[in-house]
Amino acid sequence: MSAVAATAAESAVPAVRFRIRRARPGAFLAAALLVLLLAAALFPGLFTDTSPTATDPVNALQAPSGENWFGTDQLGRDTYTRVVFGARTSLLIGLGATAFAVVSGMVLGLAAALGGRVADNLLMRAADVLLALPELLLALLIVTVLGTGTTNVMIAVALAAAPGYARLVRAEALVVRGAGYVEAAAVLGLPRRTVVVRHVLPNTVGPLLVMGTIGFGTALINASGLSFLGLGAQPPSPEWGAMLSEGRNFLDTAWWIGVFPGAAVTVAVIAVNVAGHRARVRFHGGTPR
Amino acid sequence: MTSPMPGAPKKVRPASGRTGVAQVLLRVLLTRLASVAFVLFGAATLAFAGLKLLPGDPVATLLGPQTTASPAVREQIRDEYGFDDPVYAQYIGYLDDLVHLRFGESYQLQRPVADLIADQFAPTAQLAFSAALLSVVVAVVVAVLTAGRRGVGRSAANTVELFAVSTPSFWLGIVLLTVFSFRMRVLPVAGADGFESLVLPTVTLAVPITAVLTQVLRESMESALDEPFALTARARGLSRLGVQVRHVLRHAAIPLATLSGWLTGTLLGGTVLVETVFARPGVGALTLDAVTSRDMPVVMGVVLLAALCFAVISQLVDALYLVIDPRLRKG
Repeated sequence: MSAVAATAAESAVPAVRFRIRRARPGAFLAAALLVLLLAAALFPGLFTDTSPTATDPVNALQAPSGENWFGTDQLGRDTYTRVVFGARTSLLIGLGATAFAVVSGMVLGLAAALGGRVADNLLMRAADVLLALPELLLALLIVTVLGTGTTNVMIAVALAAAPGYARLVRAEALVVRGAGYVEAAAVLGLPRRTVVVRHVLPNTVGPLLVMGTIGFGTALINASGLSFLGLGAQPPSPEWGAMLSEGRNFLDTAWWIGVFPGAAVTVAVIAVNVAGHRARVRFHGGTPR
Repeated sequence: MTSPMPGAPKKVRPASGRTGVAQVLLRVLLTRLASVAFVLFGAATLAFAGLKLLPGDPVATLLGPQTTASPAVREQIRDEYGFDDPVYAQYIGYLDDLVHLRFGESYQLQRPVADLIADQFAPTAQLAFSAALLSVVVAVVVAVLTAGRRGVGRSAANTVELFAVSTPSFWLGIVLLTVFSFRMRVLPVAGADGFESLVLPTVTLAVPITAVLTQVLRESMESALDEPFALTARARGLSRLGVQVRHVLRHAAIPLATLSGWLTGTLLGGTVLVETVFARPGVGALTLDAVTSRDMPVVMGVVLLAALCFAVISQLVDALYLVIDPRLRKG
């Protein structure tokens, strides 16, 4: 315990010390939840033998019971089954958006850090403007241009998040660029591209991974938010945000239609955030947010 | 400005303390204005790019789906709006319009964008302001009570914060509606009249923000608690709470103020979702309508408004630093 306290004192961030001490059971639970969500996304058949789109009007709007754990919706579809199947769409959109954002942020950040002063100024001033706008509003602007739909929402969420990653990669790359081993590699006559790919890039990955984990949670919230607004996945496809939006019309009579899909988003984001904090503690990097 | 006496011999340090401050302030002010202008210019450029990237014939969008306008009329519209001009000419024309505060007209509603936004601004500003107030007050109280402590209260606060940060506002809103409006029937379901209709939307919008503010504030309070002045104050016999409120909080105010830009953005973005959940009128609801019907001029107007709010508020807060922290006045 004293060793832990000593490390934490060095980093002078008491909140981190607290997390190291307490987060272990939470981290375990979060990891278990993530595995469960991933399993639901990959093999929804493991969790339910009903179809997410099978209607059963006789059993419409049934409250949660032993038969239908999360109740049934206005068409008699099983909400639990739809939440399970929704994991695939929702996680895929979030993951796709995050991956796209991280990769484009990486390319732009490296270009800014290593591409000379003009490129740096141009890219970073553009990032300033994009970061001045709320992420969700930026995504809305992009959806207006691209039109609605699952893929477009994914692209919009990714592009809205990319400037943040670009700025992080640039900052990291600027630090790494001055490091002895990069200079040594350049002096040894390695081609510039090799130096960037083999030496600069790998050393920016840690903080990027940390930010990407937390960013995945944000992407999940933003993407399901856009679907909730009716801009992403369309009914009857089971997507958490879209289900929540449908359930909104039945709050007075059947709260379960909307409440359970939203709970699924929340649980997923909590698990991702706990994992993100763990990653941050591991790598000792990242940003406060 | 107090200038040195005329004919006074040259000093080694020409500027007296006060002129120095005035000069610094003037320079700071000019840089600030330039920075606001730059953000606005960037946002305008982005919005214009969005408009030009919008697929389809703008005349068709303008006329709506069920019109049978003759080719001559269409031609006239093309001419009037300058759709056939080269893109750079349209861009310059657009910037010129903005400089003269002409923000264009909604395709769908055929009304000036500025009027539309102005009509909807009050309920949104009310919501954003009350949410900001609530979250800052709660964050300060919770951070003061929990900074530098460990124990049940602290870990409970941490858990609650984790949940609050991770909860999507639109879901929280729906849960609150279910409980307070549909089950207990103590608060209205929708609308924007009076205090009661403001309670749930404010709480919904404030919860995730409060959690982030609390975490940041506590972190910076804890690093201030480690500084000698905190120990000195404590050794002088000040109570723990007294040290927190009178000395540490002031130190921690700067990192909190840094978040004001993020706060503005989150509030504005959040209103789109919260206004939808609670069927409240406002800029957010207007934006969603515009996005759904691809009414680009309105979306562009909202983007500019967001950029303006962000730029002005973060510059104001930047200026506030000079008030909070005298060390920064040295330029």
